[in-house]
Amino acid sequence: MQLVLEKRAERSNTIALVSPLIAIGLTLVTMSILFAILGKNPITALGVYFIDPLVDSYSLQEIAVKATPLVMIAIGLSLCYLANAWNIGAEGQFLIGAVAGSWLAVKTQGTDAGPWVLPAMMLLAAIGGALYALIPAICKVRFGASEILTSLMLVYVADLLLDYLVRGPWRDPKGFNFPTTAEFDPVATVPVLIEGGRLHLGGVIALVVVAAGAVLLGKTIKGFEIRVVGAAPRAARFGGFNSNQLILLTFAISGALAGLAGIIEVAGPVGHLQPGISPGYGFTAIIVAFLGRLNPVGILIAGLFLALTFIGGEQAQIAMKIPLDVTKVFQGILLFYVLACDSLILYRFKLIFASPKVSSGAH
Amino acid sequence: MGLIEAIILAVLAASTPLLLAATGELVTERAGVLNLGVEGMMIVGAACGFGGAWLSGSIIIGALCGIVAGVLMSLIFALMALGLAVNQVATGLALTILGVGLSGLIGARFVGEKISPAPHLYIPGLTDIPLVGRILFGEDAFVYLSLALVAGVWFFLYRTRAGLILRAAGDNHASAHALGYPVLRIRMFAVMFGGACAGLAGAYLPLAYTPFFIPGMTAGRGWIALALVVFASWLPGRLVIGAYLFGAVTILQLHAQGWGVGVPSQLMSALPYLATVIVLVLISRARTGGSTAPAALGTVFVPDR
Repeated sequence: MQLVLEKRAERSNTIALVSPLIAIGLTLVTMSILFAILGKNPITALGVYFIDPLVDSYSLQEIAVKATPLVMIAIGLSLCYLANAWNIGAEGQFLIGAVAGSWLAVKTQGTDAGPWVLPAMMLLAAIGGALYALIPAICKVRFGASEILTSLMLVYVADLLLDYLVRGPWRDPKGFNFPTTAEFDPVATVPVLIEGGRLHLGGVIALVVVAAGAVLLGKTIKGFEIRVVGAAPRAARFGGFNSNQLILLTFAISGALAGLAGIIEVAGPVGHLQPGISPGYGFTAIIVAFLGRLNPVGILIAGLFLALTFIGGEQAQIAMKIPLDVTKVFQGILLFYVLACDSLILYRFKLIFASPKVSSGAH
Repeated sequence: MGLIEAIILAVLAASTPLLLAATGELVTERAGVLNLGVEGMMIVGAACGFGGAWLSGSIIIGALCGIVAGVLMSLIFALMALGLAVNQVATGLALTILGVGLSGLIGARFVGEKISPAPHLYIPGLTDIPLVGRILFGEDAFVYLSLALVAGVWFFLYRTRAGLILRAAGDNHASAHALGYPVLRIRMFAVMFGGACAGLAGAYLPLAYTPFFIPGMTAGRGWIALALVVFASWLPGRLVIGAYLFGAVTILQLHAQGWGVGVPSQLMSALPYLATVIVLVLISRARTGGSTAPAALGTVFVPDR
């Protein structure tokens, strides 16, 4: 008796819809076991993780704040992955965007610059992120170098560049030697939506990005080309689609979105440039993209869910002394289950009772 | 001990984890599987390796714990990428994300602890030879093991029938399957070998390189190992050159920081990563017109019956 994988005649739409839910269910079961191993009551722990953040308004706002960069980055990444271009360096593009935008904030600090500063910072951040993403894309298109490895290497470089700037030229002279720039001026800060709240304009921008992504993929020829190049490269060649151009385009868009997310994070919730501005948003966004099935609306929901795990993780650390690394384990396991369940859209399991030796004897 | 001698010793030590991990990944990729989870397997190997050594007081048990941890991680990958035919790039990324979290969880209680690092070989007379003695006869066991491993892998791939079959599975899985070879089983063993090597490479860091564990101590070495396989054009011999070149870059930037060269230390720290990008570009560019990569690398295989 043997369990084998068999290709379905056509993709299963039912499983396509429920697979993210199955994946989340399986992840929760696995996490319960992990909590039990750590000596915590699984029910209480899951409650702290997934229910408590949903019942007070501060946490709800905080979820939206954390989801903002995740969703923006993941929308860009989904374009890359649909086109079969593997940008895994969004974390670096996020940091470069933060650096590029902060440059203007630091330069205009203390001057009477007008309200044009923030939009200009966002523009600079998007350009910075896009240019940084184009490095691996050009290396791929011109020289055939693996974009996976080059984009990932550039994350470390971006991290070190940011570190250099805030310890060196951009350090706040009144900052007691802490590696940080001075607090940004009000004109260089992302405004909050409700006075005294945490929710800021970035959340609205993220929703616009989701809508733009949906239009691009669903209603435009470019979006169609992106999907065909990824799903059926041969058909795309016959159709005359330029796959190299699409790699450059998708990398540039995803870099721009990651960069924009970077400056919104720095000029919004953080308020100044410092190391450690990202708890791995660029990598978590990869999970968001896949959990959202590379679909803009799905990504919005997945981004909120993953943001919930960040907040829940922090609360579980405070309330139950559960280590923060559990959140990373959770995210890794979730991605595994999502990918595994997605496999069942195209394949199904089949039990074979005859010994396989008999059938292979005919060769 | 002269400065040059000290630098060469340090370069060999810095290169060894890269060489170990890259050798394992080379075999995996030669079987047609792209496992991007090297970094994740390494970091779990580092946590488990240090934990094993600290609890048992034995470097060998520590190394074995690292290997077992690497193999277990690689089995998750094999289950997903081979058993469920999931995209290998995405699975490898998931493995790295999971590994970083797991190692933090496992290693948390060992942070701040110290062990006595792996001893160095000492052969009276030979090791005392000036200049070359310590370099040739005064390394820790892992350095010799890594070189033996490369030689063994070369012999296996090019001088044994099993190696030929493994390469066949990596170049054309449909043909290998048609000839009756169990492609998925071959690939699973290749993935497990890669996991064992990555686990050992990770364990080397806290067992011999620095005698303590810190979270995230692999610092991208798993990714550099992946780049080394490309650099080596999937040939074991060139892996040694590549690994030692990268080790040299790592050590030289450390010394340059110490000498107080008028360059920001962050730029020097970025050198190994920048070098990886530049090398990948140069190598890929030189190879226009016919890649040397295994032909079926990274493709999903579901045998049809």
